[in-house]
Amino acid sequence: MRQLAWIFLALLFLAALFSNRIAGASYAHQFRDFPGAPISWRFPLGTDALGRDRLARLLAATRISLLLAPAAAAFSTALATLIGGIAGYCGGFIDRVAARAIDLMLSLPWIFLLIAARALLPLNVSPATSVLVTFALLGALGWAAPARVIRAGVRDMRDSDFLLQARACGCRGFRLLLRQLAPNLKPVLLAQFRTSIPLFILSEANLGLLGLGVSDPLPSWGNLLRELETDLAFNPGIVACLALMLAVLGCFKLVTLTSSPASASDPKCHSPF
Amino acid sequence: MRAAKHLAHLLSSLAVTVVVGGFLTAALVRLSPGFGVDEHALDPARDAAALRALQAARPEQGNFLAYSVDRIAAMFRGDLGISRNWNRPVAGLLRERWPVTAQLMGVGILGGWALALAFALPSAIYPTRIWNAIAGGLSGLLLCVPSAALALLIFVAAGPVRAVMALAVFPRIFQYLQNLLLHAAAQPHVMAARARGIGPAHILLWHIVPVAAPQVLALAGVSVSMAFGAAVAVEVICDFPGIGQLAWKAALARDLPLLVTLTMLVTLATQMSNALADMLAAKRSEVRA
Repeated sequence: MRQLAWIFLALLFLAALFSNRIAGASYAHQFRDFPGAPISWRFPLGTDALGRDRLARLLAATRISLLLAPAAAAFSTALATLIGGIAGYCGGFIDRVAARAIDLMLSLPWIFLLIAARALLPLNVSPATSVLVTFALLGALGWAAPARVIRAGVRDMRDSDFLLQARACGCRGFRLLLRQLAPNLKPVLLAQFRTSIPLFILSEANLGLLGLGVSDPLPSWGNLLRELETDLAFNPGIVACLALMLAVLGCFKLVTLTSSPASASDPKCHSPF
Repeated sequence: MRAAKHLAHLLSSLAVTVVVGGFLTAALVRLSPGFGVDEHALDPARDAAALRALQAARPEQGNFLAYSVDRIAAMFRGDLGISRNWNRPVAGLLRERWPVTAQLMGVGILGGWALALAFALPSAIYPTRIWNAIAGGLSGLLLCVPSAALALLIFVAAGPVRAVMALAVFPRIFQYLQNLLLHAAAQPHVMAARARGIGPAHILLWHIVPVAAPQVLALAGVSVSMAFGAAVAVEVICDFPGIGQLAWKAALARDLPLLVTLTMLVTLATQMSNALADMLAAKRSEVRA
């Protein structure tokens, strides 16, 4: 099942990369004679109120999510490794400060934190900038839960034999963190990275639905889902976005199902996904 | 004596976290682009004295550190400030709106826990593949739908929008609850009890629940934060006049006093629920020991 999930994600990613060829039109192109067109051979998912091909927009939104959510996840995991790694390795006062910072970040509900931080950034930016701002924000704020897991992992390793030997050989500071600790934390880091991707996709969708995500005409799963408020019976093509999102997140869930043992039964390390 | 020391430590760390949270939010709002731009100041008809008067009317634009310290001290005295966006006392806004959010969160927490227990308990007592697949599939499906989209769908279909709260909280609780109960059910003493032919209800109440109780209590503390997160989306989408919607509007309008107060209150509420759950769990562990 996990392999099937990977294959589906890879095929979808390829389709999203060549979205213009598959859909035959750009996501921003307006077919002015066909606003709100129903499902047809020409428009497999219909067109939106401005006459834009919904399939082209869905594939472009998929490309954005599948490219930028992993990038944001990589950024937040790197940040978490740095903070959790230093806190766990140094211990003492630094560890206590880091633990308090993690507590503070985790005590605020994720969506509240996101809308507060997103609204502090400029809202009238170009669509391309709004995409980068949204995902950069997700990456910058999503470090706390992974940092807690990584900190615990590093603390367990701090007094291990291989680190003792590395220290005896003169390995210190960041070199020790990067060359000795990080490779041994690889399974934990990968699990945190994989868990963060669907969380960021979901968060972007929530932000988009609340009007704080990617701005038009650039499509994202969040702003495509806003079409759900229109009459679904009249144009069922609108549901395609939700269905595709469910499929992608379901695949990510299958992929991460066996890869996050550290937080599986610790509610304090909770991620909304 | 030990308990009093523990309580004092807990309260002091709670106060520090809340103050730091409020201060950081204030700093972020203060540094955000466009903060403090008053449309009246852009009116070319106003002279320098009028502009100075406008500036003086917004004390947060002066010395930020002094302003923040004053505000936090005032908050501890019970003065929550005046909302710029609503031009009303923050305390009054909160008084009006908290019952709506409390009701939504109550529905979310109670409904979410009821659903999670209904699906997790049978899988701990009678673990069958079909039941696990049904429960896992349902929670997985709900987990993959953004809570705002779920609220929008039910709102458009004229369904019971408060149910969204329970549906949003349920999968997040279920995942951990099922793991905890299955872990407790796999303990050797539970297997021994089963081998002796002890009934499932007895095993659940006397052998599984006591083992999982401390972590379940911790989960209960975290579920407050989960419910508030869901309430923000539901209140914004369905136009419920609650604290979540207020936070959203405050964030959009860069309403400093309101946003700082809300951040401090939310931090306080979630930290207190976590601390309470931790204390109960510690007490429970002590009793068992």
